[in-house]
Amino acid sequence: MLGAYFDFIRIRFLTMLAYRVNYYSGILIYTLNIGVNYFTWRAIYGEGESLGGFTGAQMTTYVAVSWMARAFYFNNLDREISTDIRDGSIAIQFIRPYNYVLVKMMQGLGEGLFRFMMLMIPGMVIAILLFPVQLPTDLSAWAGFLVMLFFSFLISSQINIITGLSAFFVENNEGMMRMKRVVVDLFSGLIVPISLFPGWLSSVLEVLPFQAITYLPGSVFTGRVQGVGIWNVLGIQIIWFAVLLIPIVWLYHAARQRLFVQGG
Amino acid sequence: MKTRLTYRADFWVEVVSDLLFQATNFIFILVIFMHTESLGGWSQNEVVFVYGFFMVPFGVFSCFVNMWGFSERYIVKGEMDRILTRPAHNLFQIFLENVDPPALVGSVIGLVIMAISGSNLGLPFEWWTIPMIIVLTLSAVAIYTGIYTTLTSLSFYSDAPTGILPLMYNIQTYGRYPVTIYNRAIQVLLTWIIPFAFVGIYPAALFLHREEMQGMALLTPVIGALFLGIGLLSWNYGVKRYKGAGS
Repeated sequence: MLGAYFDFIRIRFLTMLAYRVNYYSGILIYTLNIGVNYFTWRAIYGEGESLGGFTGAQMTTYVAVSWMARAFYFNNLDREISTDIRDGSIAIQFIRPYNYVLVKMMQGLGEGLFRFMMLMIPGMVIAILLFPVQLPTDLSAWAGFLVMLFFSFLISSQINIITGLSAFFVENNEGMMRMKRVVVDLFSGLIVPISLFPGWLSSVLEVLPFQAITYLPGSVFTGRVQGVGIWNVLGIQIIWFAVLLIPIVWLYHAARQRLFVQGG
Repeated sequence: MKTRLTYRADFWVEVVSDLLFQATNFIFILVIFMHTESLGGWSQNEVVFVYGFFMVPFGVFSCFVNMWGFSERYIVKGEMDRILTRPAHNLFQIFLENVDPPALVGSVIGLVIMAISGSNLGLPFEWWTIPMIIVLTLSAVAIYTGIYTTLTSLSFYSDAPTGILPLMYNIQTYGRYPVTIYNRAIQVLLTWIIPFAFVGIYPAALFLHREEMQGMALLTPVIGALFLGIGLLSWNYGVKRYKGAGS
């Protein structure tokens, strides 16, 4: 049974391989994103030494790592699920002897692994060559970052799944999906690190799940958070992973119920 | 158009999500200027003004030219064949089928932002202000249309879904910031290769009386015509090849 799920990872990975061109252009465009953000922040810093607890060098690293992490955790599970729902093919998926949500998660992981190898690693190499990125020398920072990156993927995919499943209850969730994309990019700290937001907003963001996607792992990687703090970050990620399971399970059951009502 | 207005709730959801998208960029500007006085020599009001201008052509473009999901809808599902049997130009038909009125709300808000930040800056209202806004807006729309038509026409050649389009949406927002803060390579890219600087900073510089960019601002219609031409050529060429495929 477990083997079947691993096959979903493998198949998605191979499917992604077929769309290689998208990823060559992806590397270029992600590098450009890092470049533009790097120069923007350099202009903002001017002569200033530190902003929101980030030195100039840390900010460069933060920008590079955040965009590259996005290359890994980003996927379109929300769109895939709502397409399945709208064209009705979800009915067949529900009958099959596996868990639909888990399958989507596995497919997302297959895509993530592809992006990790084909997009994130080469992109990171290019970013290091072009911009003054400071990599941590501490092995624990690297290990911690990889684990956190995996949780970034889990939490981001969970949010995608919730958005996707909402298509069962909202006639057209196109707007929701767009809103989600924007909210995740902004509130996860990809565009602006959360510590630079005005005080009231950053305290609101600290109780939302989005910071666990980009800001917290990025803070560990740039060395702003060290020692015990790393465990706190990991703890926050695990808690959000667990909390977000609740609406998914609930939506999944409600969706199956609704499917019967519609006679699917 | 009528079908879009049938779902009244959708209309508002879309307006709100559009505005939220714009708001994130706006928040970015506000946060930046909480920590600095100027961005490459441009004050907060100036950057906000550029941002307001940027919203106007973008709203018009999103309303009348909507290429999202072209390859899924028209090529994979075969709607392109239906389009090609009709006499009107095929690209024109596709634009008309996908008109998206909620996007225009963004343009209106852009004009309001321009008015507010313009009066904060004490910008003079010249006789050419309104005609120039119209000319530069149309030029910028032509640039957008050219770039996105070119990219979309790639789907005639390759069966890969064009995943480049969403990424482009990210990049176009960079044309709003003073391009002079970037290094040469990025400046050249945003000016001549994917000329998004011409949909934001350059034309807006005209109204801000920024001497160093006046020339660029006046070049906007030329770039618009050029890129629209490239877009139409590559589109027509793609359509010809599509017929050749005989599906």
